[in-house]
Amino acid sequence: MFARTKLSAFSLAARNARTAQASTVRSFSGSRFARSGAIFVHRDTPENNPSIPFEFDAKNMAEAKVLIGKYPPQYKKAAMIPLLHLAQKQNGWTSISVMNYIAKFLEVPPMRVYEVATFYTMFNRSPVGKYFLQVCTTTPCELCGASQIVKTIEKHLGIKVGETTSDKLFTLVEVECAGACVNAPVISVNDDYFEDLTPEATVALLDSLKAGKPVTPGPVSGRRNCEPLGNQTTLTTPPPGPGFMLRSDL
Amino acid sequence: MLRAAAQRLGGTIAKRRAFHTGARLQKEIEMFVDGKRVMVEEGSAIIQAAEKAGVTIPRFCYHERLGVAGNCRMCLVEIEKAPKLAASCAMPVMPGMRVITESAKIKQAREGVMEFLLANHPLDCPICDQGGECDLQDQSMRYGADRGRFGEAKRAVEDKDIGPLVRTTMTRCIQCTRCVRFINEVAGTGELGTTGRGNDMQIGTYVSRALASELSGNIIDLCPVGALTAKPHAFAARAWELTPTDSVDVMDALGSNIRVDARGAEIIRVVPRTNDAVNEEWLADKGRFACDGLKRQRLTVPLVRVDGRLEPAPWADALQLVAARLRATPPDRVRAVAGDLADAEALVALKDLLNAAGCERLGVDSPTNSEIDVRAAYTFNASVAGIEAADAVLLIGTNPRVEAPVLNARLRKPYLASTATFAVVGPACDLTYDYAHVDATAAGIDALARGQHAFAAELRAADRPLIVIGARALAEPGVAAAVARLAAAVPALVTREWNGLSVLQAAAGRTAALDIGYGSSKQDGSNRLDGSAARFVYLLGADGVAMRGEVDPEAFVVYQGHHGDAGAQAADVVLPGAAYTEKAATFVNTEGRAQRTRQAVPAPGAAREDWRIVRALSDTAGLPLAYDDIAGLRARMADVCPSLVSVGALEPTSLEIARLALDHQIKSGEEVGAGELPLAIDDYYLTDVVSRASRTMARASAAQRQQMEETAVPRNQQAI
Repeated sequence: MFARTKLSAFSLAARNARTAQASTVRSFSGSRFARSGAIFVHRDTPENNPSIPFEFDAKNMAEAKVLIGKYPPQYKKAAMIPLLHLAQKQNGWTSISVMNYIAKFLEVPPMRVYEVATFYTMFNRSPVGKYFLQVCTTTPCELCGASQIVKTIEKHLGIKVGETTSDKLFTLVEVECAGACVNAPVISVNDDYFEDLTPEATVALLDSLKAGKPVTPGPVSGRRNCEPLGNQTTLTTPPPGPGFMLRSDL
Repeated sequence: MLRAAAQRLGGTIAKRRAFHTGARLQKEIEMFVDGKRVMVEEGSAIIQAAEKAGVTIPRFCYHERLGVAGNCRMCLVEIEKAPKLAASCAMPVMPGMRVITESAKIKQAREGVMEFLLANHPLDCPICDQGGECDLQDQSMRYGADRGRFGEAKRAVEDKDIGPLVRTTMTRCIQCTRCVRFINEVAGTGELGTTGRGNDMQIGTYVSRALASELSGNIIDLCPVGALTAKPHAFAARAWELTPTDSVDVMDALGSNIRVDARGAEIIRVVPRTNDAVNEEWLADKGRFACDGLKRQRLTVPLVRVDGRLEPAPWADALQLVAARLRATPPDRVRAVAGDLADAEALVALKDLLNAAGCERLGVDSPTNSEIDVRAAYTFNASVAGIEAADAVLLIGTNPRVEAPVLNARLRKPYLASTATFAVVGPACDLTYDYAHVDATAAGIDALARGQHAFAAELRAADRPLIVIGARALAEPGVAAAVARLAAAVPALVTREWNGLSVLQAAAGRTAALDIGYGSSKQDGSNRLDGSAARFVYLLGADGVAMRGEVDPEAFVVYQGHHGDAGAQAADVVLPGAAYTEKAATFVNTEGRAQRTRQAVPAPGAAREDWRIVRALSDTAGLPLAYDDIAGLRARMADVCPSLVSVGALEPTSLEIARLALDHQIKSGEEVGAGELPLAIDDYYLTDVVSRASRTMARASAAQRQQMEETAVPRNQQAI
């Protein structure tokens, strides 16, 4: 990291020099400094280390057995992703103990589980708050003001993207397309979508969540599902009958 | 008849006895590589066909002994009538296929691949240990551009600490995943993998840990770039400065073929040589990394004990003292012990000398079963390559993972192909495949013979059953007889075309010693050196007897060897010999295959080749041997045991003689003891004088111990 930071500082200086005198100095890097979203190695911490026990509870154990039962016994490792998901739901996030437990459960080396858990971004390998806020910032949401939503949340909660509030209530992340473009902008809070957001509606939503008040998932604009926001603009007349636009001699 | 009928009826278990033990050959099909006609096996990849046609296609991820990943895209070729280029490693051949391996289109595609690979690859070739033998370096000479178009910052990846043997520089990694496939498929420990995705993808263990495999050093050879290099000799030498010498590994009884790379008088590294019959192209970590032990604790001058201290002495004085004591001791009070690393030349010479002096008491440096009249009783009769044909494997008192790691990788092959089932009698250990644990004691052998375990039925039904017996366990009273009884109960075990009753020796010098006639004596009721009766003890590199305290303090002890270890400490005269890299010597591996080492470096100081020391001693003692050059000695070896000079060949014992030995054992009617069967090796990394003197092996041993204490994650798990 140190080397990269230095390099970036150097390239910044080089770029400044270029704009100042339009010289032919070639920068080492022409791109924006980009960090990866997460690290792909595990380091033991007090809240994430293999000595913390994890086991499926009775309900999830029954569900896990159903999931494994969907596959032939010699291919039970095929149930890895659903099981990880189930374990993440129970634990709140996918700790190293969760991964080790799934490895034992499926009788595979732990590394096979680590590979899967690090590949998929929806497995949170570090603790997240009670409300996991995923803001969609892909093109349609962006066009409808997703950046505004991100800024509003950041300002209101006092955290940046990728961070958790000190009361461990909220974690904010940016995600790629949430698949609700008609109702852009959208944020998902744990498993529920809140759509048609405005900065004000977002603040209201966050306050309700903080206060523990019940919230209704779906569009906050009051429209039903993904119906048009205003009045209908098409299909306003009665449908034409058979023979419409056909030659009369047919 | 019954089986054939069952096959027709049920059709479930289609096991047929093959006439050959090798891999089954597929039908050959005709195809064309660059217009040249080749016949290749159906189902092989284009890259293999091209190899057969003499065309080498550049590659990074493809390796013929690993699974196909097809991710580097360097091996793109053109197929006639195909719209796009195809990865030749992953494209199976078709009848009549016409492949073009060189064209402008291919060149451009490979240049594109190379540009992407070099986009993130650091320009640190001058400080990279792989420099000079780097696939990326070589291929960029042909496909690389002289300038880059990549203006972005290069990706940087954190280095991993995967133990004291393999050094990582992960920024250099091109993610070919050869190391991951090796650790998962061949080594079977499964702790390497790929984490993350896209540009952030990296190779590693995710959690911080040392590789637990005894074969981990092979990933250094497999790595096409400098991401994985050897830690022990990091920055020590350049590939082109080294003088290669083909030789044979003596760190285990498998006799892996190696190449010793030396610079001047110093051995820099040891790498494997390909020999499909023995080690394929792998080498165990001890064979690869214990070579730094050859530089430490060496005996360089003859030593004579004066007032309780070993003092340097001229060769003549030391030899005269030994000769005088030898002549002065009654022949029945003279004993010789052949050590773990003793070569056949020295063993023959020493036996000739002591026999000339009237002494017949020649032992080996570990408990052995003295039934050595039939070669089949102490060799790996199924042959190492034959393991792949086995369909039911029983391991008795052995942990092949540490006794012969490369052989264990072979055992894993039929396991991965699901063509064999495994069972263990003896202590349960962490092998790299699943097995049924029958019993920790030798009682399990008789239980199987009586059919009291589920595996007994599998063993009996097998076409090519394989029973591997650890040499240490075989020395226990009654085990040989119990194994013979079990063999009688398994009809397919010893037949004319297959002898599955195999002994896995634990020391490189053992088979030759038994071939030559050491260890046959039953005079003292056991083969252990009974110090109480001996007054003159000749230790030919034998340290085990001294470590176990089996040398009588009153005896006059001569130690001939290359390392100052327990044997030299107990000796009255020390004669400095040459290590395996310093002499041209014959070693017989556990299958009974004679192989020769070659001299890579000179022996240090006044040390001499072992057989020459014995020859000189014979002159001094007035009992001159009949040969005084290596040719004469080898002729004598051929007289003693013809297989010692048929280098590289295997000479199986005939069915009648093998049966004779088994019948003899059954007739003895010995019963097994009640205790747990002993294993030959306790700590893999510290087994002989060379590895005990090696710093690298000490570090590896410490790392393994520390890891065992720290991790509670079970490792005896299926990898794939």
